[in-house]
Amino acid sequence: MAGKPRLHYFNGRGRMETVRWLLAAAGVEFEEQFFETRDEFEKLIQGGTLMFEQVPMVEIDGMNLVETRAILRYIAAKYDLYGRNLKEQAWIDMYVEGLKDLSDMIMYFPLSLPEEKDMNLEYILERATSRFFPVYEKALRNHGQDFLVGNRLSWADIQLLEVILMAEECKPSVLSDFPLLQEFKARISHIPTINKFLQPGSQRKPPLDEESIKTVKNIFKFERGMFLKNMATIVAEY
Amino acid sequence: MDSRPKLHYPNGRGRMESIRWALAAAGVEFDEEFLETREQLQRLQNGNHLLFQQVPMVEIDGMKLVQTRSILHYIAEKYHLFGSDLKEKTLIDMYVEGTLDLLEMIIMHPFLKPDDQQKEVVGMTQKAVLRYFPVFEKILRDHGQTFLVGNQLSLADVILLQTILALEEKVPHILTSFPYLQEFSVKISNIPTIRKFLEPGSKKKPPPDDSYVRTVYTLFAP
Repeated sequence: MAGKPRLHYFNGRGRMETVRWLLAAAGVEFEEQFFETRDEFEKLIQGGTLMFEQVPMVEIDGMNLVETRAILRYIAAKYDLYGRNLKEQAWIDMYVEGLKDLSDMIMYFPLSLPEEKDMNLEYILERATSRFFPVYEKALRNHGQDFLVGNRLSWADIQLLEVILMAEECKPSVLSDFPLLQEFKARISHIPTINKFLQPGSQRKPPLDEESIKTVKNIFKFERGMFLKNMATIVAEY
Repeated sequence: MDSRPKLHYPNGRGRMESIRWALAAAGVEFDEEFLETREQLQRLQNGNHLLFQQVPMVEIDGMKLVQTRSILHYIAEKYHLFGSDLKEKTLIDMYVEGTLDLLEMIIMHPFLKPDDQQKEVVGMTQKAVLRYFPVFEKILRDHGQTFLVGNQLSLADVILLQTILALEEKVPHILTSFPYLQEFSVKISNIPTIRKFLEPGSKKKPPPDDSYVRTVYTLFAP
């Protein structure tokens, strides 16, 4: 029998956080191996277990899985969080891809140049409240069910809760115009496995602070201006 | 009987090209509605046809699918380009995701400042030759089969071929040090559905030019 999944990442949210959420929601215990310096990261690369020299990487069922989406899809499929047929899967896929667009913006926000912080925050909140949250509010309103897809818990619900909480960290009242999302948040938070993950002492990671931002920049050698590149579809003057 | 899928996008490669490749490789005929004006895009948005107000969008099987990966996954599942079990599917997923990371650099390239464009060609060449190609070369060398996964055509083969050919347009000898990838490129190109897609008159789009870039700005710039 395979041991527990083992997550390789730095000690922070980044792209691994959704993986932690999904495993936790599925009630799967997991281990974590953190690297804290550039050297440690390079040692991991040299060890040959990172297919494209990148993290996240998750050791699970005899595989070294890389690429966040591939990891999430494997976990979702394995633990029956991916719908019951191709159409449900397609809806879950669309919902989580939309959430990823929003959560990437929030994830990169701490790396903003100081003079761009306000502008970026405004953009994120505008996107959240006018492009993304309305979609999920409407989905819940249209079918009147507790979950986004197929009337049962799926990856989409788990990631929506994660992103709602991230958005609230940016602005606590961000859900003020979304009554169904408020109910959804309360409801999903009370699912026992998820509730456990939300308690202190779980493997859920806090947002980046001054110290951890420095660590992250050092490990991954982020270039100046990378954040804006990822926020805008079109980056150049022409 | 399902009617043909209908693709909504500007008349150029961008993020829709992988979807064209996947449908073509699966032998699925499709229609296209090209976005040329802002009004057209707004009509789609105001008509609630775009879940996140964005394209690509593909009408298929009574759904309006958006988000490139969702569309690719749906096509791969439906037309058996996703392996025969969860482990194969996961390998295919990893390979596709890695390749799409590389393809992303190609997609964004025409929108960089002219001064940055040449530097980016160097950057994408390095990534291809140092990070991605060695992985796929080794996979092909190790199992000695024609296809990347499970000895049958999958989405991974299709997206890799798309990416190789797009890179070769900018860097003709990029596969010099990769004999297995060279052979792969030839073999996959000769699969009948793919060969048909590579012939003139198919729905494969030409490399992005100034006119395409202008159209994209017209449609999408805030």
